[in-house]
Amino acid sequence: MQLNTVPIGYYLVISAVLFTTGMVGVLTRRNALVIFMSIELMLNAANLSFVAFARLFGQLDGQIFVFFGMSVAAAEVAIGLAIVIALFRNKPTTDVSQINILKW
Amino acid sequence: MIVIWLLVALLAVASAIMLITLDNPVHSALCLVVTLLSVATMYAMLNAPFVAIIQVAVYAGAIMVLFLFVIMLLNLRREEGAVRASKPVTVAATALGVCFFIAIAATVATCPAGSAAFPAGSNAYTFGSPQQIGGRLFHDYLFPFEATSLLLTVGMVGAILLARRKF
Repeated sequence: MQLNTVPIGYYLVISAVLFTTGMVGVLTRRNALVIFMSIELMLNAANLSFVAFARLFGQLDGQIFVFFGMSVAAAEVAIGLAIVIALFRNKPTTDVSQINILKW
Repeated sequence: MIVIWLLVALLAVASAIMLITLDNPVHSALCLVVTLLSVATMYAMLNAPFVAIIQVAVYAGAIMVLFLFVIMLLNLRREEGAVRASKPVTVAATALGVCFFIAIAATVATCPAGSAAFPAGSNAYTFGSPQQIGGRLFHDYLFPFEATSLLLTVGMVGAILLARRKF
């Protein structure tokens, strides 16, 4: 069975759609948790492009970069959610527009 | 094959759009799980079985559990998850997103790599296998791999320190 009857452009367009959706989510939502999920969506879109190009060029480096990207994402989520919890303890909200105490 | 691909792509895009439109953060998290699993299916179609399994185990497993755990720990009310930017900001952001997408799609449509077909690999069953990934990871990418362990340690210590009650 030939697995790749779909040209790479299709994967790149899906990657662009996912990245754009994540970007619009970050810009329009004000809930810190949903903003984090949108960032994860954007990271995934970039990973999809990496894997598609790895297959196109027959090089494994793209897949290894995805591996590193995922570990960075895991560290980012752990720290980010800890910051959300620390903020929630000071002011019980996850609405980022209400967390403006450092704003001059 | 293309029918399966289109179904997976449709599922990924639909759940991504639901992720940014639904009010309840728990629903958003479940939509994100569907998107991550769809992307994992695409990885499997792209001869990347190891990355696909890692995607399911780490992203759809560990990271999403962390998300749901925090959502339920904070016990958010529904109206609090629904807060959005003001109307003009939303319209401007959506327009910006559409422009951004058109720019990328135009680039993909015009550059030669965008319309290239994948080479029919004779090594279709070994490319992207855990054995090959491990070989590259522990020879050519040994230093970045060790740096990753340092990064994860810093992340772990930082998370514990930040979430502690008293500093």
